[in-house]
Amino acid sequence: FFQYCLSGHPTLPCNVLKFKSTTIMLDCGLDMTSTLNFLPLPLVQSPRLSKLPGWVLKDGSTFLDKELKECSGHVFVDSVPEFCLPETELLDLSTVDVILISNYHCMMALPYITEYTGFTGTVYATEPTVQIGRLLMEELVNSIERVPKAQSASMWKNKEVQRLLPAPLKDAVEVSMWRKCYTMPEVNSALSKIQLVGYSQKIELFGAVQVTPLSSGYALGSSNWIIQSHYEKVSYVSGSSLLTTHPQPMDQASLKNSDVLILTGLTQIPTANPDGMVGEFCSNLAMTVRNGGNVLVPCYPSGVIYDLLECLYQYIDSAGLSNVPFYFISPVANSSLEFSQIFAEWLCHNKQTKVYLPEPPFPHAELIQTNKLKHYPSIHGDFSNDFKQPCVVFTGHPSLRFGDVVHFMELWGKSSLNTVIFTEPDFSYLDALAPYQPLAMKCVYCPIDTRLNFIQVSKLLKEVQPLHVVCPEQYTQPPPTQSHRTDLMVECQPPAMSYRRAEVLTLPYKRRYEKIEIMPDLADSLVPLEIKPGISLATVSAVLHTKDNKHVLQLPPKPPQPPASKKRKRVSEDVPECKSLKPLLSGSIPVDQFVQTLEKHGFSDVKVEDTAKGHIVLLQEAETLIQLEEDSTHIICDNDEPLRVKLRDLVLKFLQKF
Amino acid sequence: GAGQDVGRSCILVSIAGKNVMLDCGMHMGYNDDRRFPDFSYITQNGRLTDFLDCVIISHFHLDHCGALPYFSEMVGYDGPIYMTHPTKAICPILLEDYRKITVDKKGETNFFTSQMIKDCMKKVVAVHLHQTVQVDEELEIKAYYAGHVLGAAMFQIKVGCESVVYTGDYNMTPDRHLGAAWIDKCRPDLLISESTYATTIRDSKRCRERDFLKKVHETVERGGKVLIPVFALGRAQELCILLETFWERMNLKAPIYFSTGLTEKANHYYKLFITWTNQKIRKTFVQRNMFEFKHIKAFDRAFADNPGPMVVFATPGMLHAGQSLQIFRKWAGNEKNMVIMPGYCVQGTVGHKILSGQRKLEMEGRQILEVKMQVEYMSFSAHADAKGIMQLIRQAEPRNVLLVHGEAKKMEFLKQKIEQEFHVSCFMPANGETTTILTNPCIPVDISLGLLKRETAIGPSADAKKPKLMHGSLLMKDNSFRLVSPEQALKELGLAEHQLRFTCRVHIQDPRKEHETVLRVYNHLKGILKDYSVQHLPDGSITVESILIQATAHSEDQGTKVLLVSWTYQDEELGSYLTSLLKKGLPQSTP
Repeated sequence: FFQYCLSGHPTLPCNVLKFKSTTIMLDCGLDMTSTLNFLPLPLVQSPRLSKLPGWVLKDGSTFLDKELKECSGHVFVDSVPEFCLPETELLDLSTVDVILISNYHCMMALPYITEYTGFTGTVYATEPTVQIGRLLMEELVNSIERVPKAQSASMWKNKEVQRLLPAPLKDAVEVSMWRKCYTMPEVNSALSKIQLVGYSQKIELFGAVQVTPLSSGYALGSSNWIIQSHYEKVSYVSGSSLLTTHPQPMDQASLKNSDVLILTGLTQIPTANPDGMVGEFCSNLAMTVRNGGNVLVPCYPSGVIYDLLECLYQYIDSAGLSNVPFYFISPVANSSLEFSQIFAEWLCHNKQTKVYLPEPPFPHAELIQTNKLKHYPSIHGDFSNDFKQPCVVFTGHPSLRFGDVVHFMELWGKSSLNTVIFTEPDFSYLDALAPYQPLAMKCVYCPIDTRLNFIQVSKLLKEVQPLHVVCPEQYTQPPPTQSHRTDLMVECQPPAMSYRRAEVLTLPYKRRYEKIEIMPDLADSLVPLEIKPGISLATVSAVLHTKDNKHVLQLPPKPPQPPASKKRKRVSEDVPECKSLKPLLSGSIPVDQFVQTLEKHGFSDVKVEDTAKGHIVLLQEAETLIQLEEDSTHIICDNDEPLRVKLRDLVLKFLQKF
Repeated sequence: GAGQDVGRSCILVSIAGKNVMLDCGMHMGYNDDRRFPDFSYITQNGRLTDFLDCVIISHFHLDHCGALPYFSEMVGYDGPIYMTHPTKAICPILLEDYRKITVDKKGETNFFTSQMIKDCMKKVVAVHLHQTVQVDEELEIKAYYAGHVLGAAMFQIKVGCESVVYTGDYNMTPDRHLGAAWIDKCRPDLLISESTYATTIRDSKRCRERDFLKKVHETVERGGKVLIPVFALGRAQELCILLETFWERMNLKAPIYFSTGLTEKANHYYKLFITWTNQKIRKTFVQRNMFEFKHIKAFDRAFADNPGPMVVFATPGMLHAGQSLQIFRKWAGNEKNMVIMPGYCVQGTVGHKILSGQRKLEMEGRQILEVKMQVEYMSFSAHADAKGIMQLIRQAEPRNVLLVHGEAKKMEFLKQKIEQEFHVSCFMPANGETTTILTNPCIPVDISLGLLKRETAIGPSADAKKPKLMHGSLLMKDNSFRLVSPEQALKELGLAEHQLRFTCRVHIQDPRKEHETVLRVYNHLKGILKDYSVQHLPDGSITVESILIQATAHSEDQGTKVLLVSWTYQDEELGSYLTSLLKKGLPQSTP
């Protein structure tokens, strides 16, 4: 059992598990933090961005000034943003049999894997994961493709050059592996390889392994996975939540009795309480709007936004915000809002009950109906006519590098009346804001990450008691900025095994049993004997058939009987073909009874001598002696086969066969 | 119920010691005790909860769930009831409707109450498609898409390696709003299938649709009114989509109405459970939700007397009560009008009477109603036809088939067809009858990896086609079965091995010196036993595998050598063979 670790990002994992004879990829996360090193892609030409000075080396060389621009002391690559892919060299990815997806955030690298590595297997994911994952990809592709950028910088990636650059560019890892965004045809092709699954559905892989998705409570359709054979169980826990938001609660009970539990996707903000953050979000939003300012919320088109809209639904009337327009701008805004209403079966109990009435599960349906929330595919078209300030805008991308959010940052950044509120935890807000500095607009950081925190993890581990825990190395030590917080790490016994990017782990595992089926006719032929009270034993001699990794025992075929008329061929003339298996023997032979039996069978001259360890039984006429001891019997005779066989069978009668 | 009959589906399955009740329906043709299944068949004395491990409801039609509150709240059952999410959502509404008609309109007492429906629904556990639900340690159930109505499911019931599939009602051809039933090759011991259309092979759906539209269109063109009695959910939505698109295409102006209440709500269910509809609707729902109708408006009772053409969908579907019957009475006298029955009608209902050609109906109060309007029957009910049933059997590959939910005569025909084509036994018990089916379950056992590896390691080296014989000890303790190597079995039981050894004296005539004799024996054996390891040891002995051969001179006769051949019982065959081989003497040594 091996685990190949292809991603170093703990919440955007990509691992490959070799389990029995299968190769299973767990998630396909795409590390997008690399885009923070790039200049934003403005939809409308931005005079500010285009006037940024080129970067000049200390020695005055200017050969990089076309590729790198400086903004408020930070250096950015002026090129189409690129993403950091999972490792593709650690193992041959065309050997991957299946990919299991845990949630829509963890599938963003899928097209790179399925379209470029020779992958021919199947991807498994739940229906909401696929539908919303498609929306996220569509938005991503759309926001990058609609701003064609002539320049593609690559000189800075040269190792010799990179060394000379200021941090963080200098320390960026694997820059040669960074790739541009995929295209829609690639997305469609990748998604066509997905097979939809439901929670607790058992999926057989090659008869050897069974995989099962379980509700993980983090997002619509998000799942943890059980990978098991009859005797070994690996739980893959990725992006789970115990908070009651909109998704179905996490299924913890099914994680019990795991041999190995792989733990990824914990909260990225372990010190922040999501509820508190939502409160702060609402109050900051209200304050800004009351003062006549606009609020910008950089966000993904699905997920936390549903919860935020629900909070606002309850909050706006009491906060006197009824007349403030809320805009949700994304090429997939409409689809996301519509899709959220049709996944009743994947929602928490309260929302399910609403659907039974039948009412839409999310109150944003009502916000849309009453015109409080309006959605647009982009800032072009209808939006520009409807746009009224002050207002609240939800739009992507949270990295602030592409999407309509770039436009609003440029538009509102100069006024201190406006506020940008960061709710998505995936990007450092300071890094995200760096290319917009200096900035007059207020910045509020309210990261909402509902995934497990370390207290919940230790509770969970106590509850489900895995034999071994495997997690990214980041979780085995306190966060680098808070090294005294030893409570902010995974604690368990035995200590968790940690992994890092491009590492191969051998999972501690010992298999001892396998499942086999005994056919009914064979079972009928078995003769169980009670050896000890409550324990019976039957010797089995059977034919083993193995097909599709399933083992079956059948009755051995009857030896072909030679026709009675023919002269019997002496068995001993053929060299025995292979070692035919004889059972082991156990027990001991009581000498008196043995002698009686011999006499009953016509041996009249039996003589018994005592020895140190037992007895010697002599058959004088036949010049045969039988040594009887506690755990052994030795028959010494002349080459008289019928006699030997007769004695053998008499001895065997006293012994048990195994 | 549902034995050689359509109505009050209720089947009890006992499988490997588990008892599962499939559906709990009412019969639309009866108003007395016979409308509900007779639960005393399950147990005469004793609580149903103790006897039944679970109840499964296949879909929300009343002939499959109508007796559920009576069963759980009045007879008394507190165990789990499984159904899909849409069924769980819609079922209580239909039950409430049924209760209202029975109690409020017909004035019956001793019927279940609204509270009972609520209490009953609290016992319901909703299941996802393909989710494996572990009812208890041994019993598991799994739902498959059945396509009959929104949320309809087939269920697999499995204990160990024995399994039963119950189809409920299903449809093997996708229609305008739902997909086709699907099941994997799960090879159940028994498939319990509905057989409503056991003898029908229906023409193509397109033809029927065209026919339907033509009839509606013609009637409306000549100023007539069209009544389509439907059940609130199911066909109604399919026909609405059909008419809606037709009206749009032909730019027709005659109003289409949908009787209020249930039906409006019903469309809402379709919108929220859109993942249960067919591929096309699911794909396009963001742009255009097929269940938001432009041309179809809510019906008001007063509209029935409006002059001019109109189309009205009204409930219930068999014209046995309610709004559809009221409108029917109003319109029946005019030959310009038309009633289209889009589904099956149970015996005893007005629908059944007019379909069988009756034109003078006796209504309440001895009133005679003369039916002059045109009566059309068009099978839109989403049941599998004979072809579909055969197709499902081919998909699932059951070892036995049992037919329910159909008429005896038709079943008989289908039964023969199934037995002929698939060579499996087919049963069609009547209500109250029990069918016993013998299964041949194999027994799963844990095999120690050491033993299995030993066996598979020997395997490939030898002839791959030859069966591999393996020997092991099956340890049975409590309910655990483990197959281990004999050595391990002895060790685990704390027993010592008893070694049985044979030593045979073989006399050989050979005047040569002992070590020369030994060498001759060695060469002889080496020549014959090519596949065995034959070794000549420095101490002058020979081993063949683990068999030891030593030579000594005969004490009296120098020309005779005594070979001592010694082996254990485990080498019995080879030992025995060696002694008889040596007994024949050594071949003349070639100079």
